Amino acid sequence: MTPALELAVARQIGEFELDVAFTLESGMSVLFGPSGAGKSLTLALIAGLIRPDVGTIAINGHVVTDCARRTYVTAQKRRIGMVFQDGLLLPHRSALDNVALAVRQASGRRERRAVARSWLERVGAVEFADRRPGSLSGGQRQRVALARGLAGDPALLLLDEPLSALDSEVRHELRKLIRGMIISSRVPAVLVTHDAEEAEELGDVIVAYNHGRVTGTRVVERPEGRGAPPGAPESTGQV
Amino acid sequence: MTGLVPRSWLNGLGIPPWVWSPLSVSLHAAFEATIVVALVGSALGFLLAKGRFPGRDAIETVCSLPMALPPTVVGWYLLTQMGGPGPIRDAEVRLFGHPLTFTFNGIVIAQIIESFPYCLRFSRTAIAGVDPRFEEVGRAMGLSRWRTTLLVTLPLARRGLVAGVAMAFGRALGDFGATMIVGASVPMATTVPIALYNAVFYGSHEQAKVLALVQLAVAFAILLGVSRLGKLRPW
Repeated sequence: MTPALELAVARQIGEFELDVAFTLESGMSVLFGPSGAGKSLTLALIAGLIRPDVGTIAINGHVVTDCARRTYVTAQKRRIGMVFQDGLLLPHRSALDNVALAVRQASGRRERRAVARSWLERVGAVEFADRRPGSLSGGQRQRVALARGLAGDPALLLLDEPLSALDSEVRHELRKLIRGMIISSRVPAVLVTHDAEEAEELGDVIVAYNHGRVTGTRVVERPEGRGAPPGAPESTGQV
Repeated sequence: MTGLVPRSWLNGLGIPPWVWSPLSVSLHAAFEATIVVALVGSALGFLLAKGRFPGRDAIETVCSLPMALPPTVVGWYLLTQMGGPGPIRDAEVRLFGHPLTFTFNGIVIAQIIESFPYCLRFSRTAIAGVDPRFEEVGRAMGLSRWRTTLLVTLPLARRGLVAGVAMAFGRALGDFGATMIVGASVPMATTVPIALYNAVFYGSHEQAKVLALVQLAVAFAILLGVSRLGKLRPW
């Protein structure tokens, strides 16, 4: 089976040096480690927002970065979905439009909005589809951001500390939702976190980071099997 | 204005020619100058904010010189370059059949030069102030660079862009020094500030009072309207 992600890259930024290599299968992989360990930088390299100094990155077997061969697929052609810590929804567009912008598989505006609406339904956010991000709570914004990340039929979903700015109750609810969506959509995902509990609850594989290096990789054992998340995804629409 | 509203109506409303004629020239010239400035100034502001090429600061400094120079100095350079012997005057003659000094187009050019730095600086600052992470989101969503600019960067920078255009329009509408030197006070190039100057110079204080009030009211109304545009939902 082709790995979801194969990565071996190095990048120097000022005094900080990232030098990591790992291979991830489908399901949810978690990059876990303290702040400043290089986890988010790794996501930016995978997304194509930053270029590595040396190395290669392949997504589902397709090489998107190969510094030696000067291969570099631009960010917009990588079919990556991203969810950021503070959502980063476009403030001048409604929740629905934010998601519709990410829909790659439909060409017409009406079709894109229909796809977007279906994703908002799946994450329990359809009731505030017409609202702007400024009027949504943190949890609601992250639901929309998750819908946006998945709506473009991505080859890989990247989640950069998507729950760290939320309070504990909302965080638990969204963990269930994220885990459920990853399983049901079958989109391989890489999540960055410095929260050990979150890593355990969400990850199938945990990649430990420290000082720009991978210090260990561990498969998370789940008594109920990989396919069943702890607590079925149950979106209520209210966070 | 007289192109849109028949003169007989203006006369019927009791607005005398010595008001509507310079007002028409002022609005028309400022409008044309602002269109050019908005397009070129915003585009150059975008390039300066986003581009990584040598000489960016030099370009901004040169384009901003009219802000630091007295308008009469700008007017003098325009007069000598546009009206004096040289390649610029030759090009004007080839294109228009005559030099542009003391013409309506001449004052439009003077107003473009005078108002350009305001639009340029506002747009550069507004575009540079957009959180680059939003643009990264756009690229990660699969938007091309062009669509990211159109759908993400420009809407987020819209308040600064609109403010720059408003400032440019206000500067063009209120210019006196450069316009006076390039256009003198030939009728088709007499703006409200020049008409006001003439009224004061010839002792027509009542006319001066009315023209000052008209300029004040028009500037206030237009700038207020343009400011409100920046608060509207973007495209």
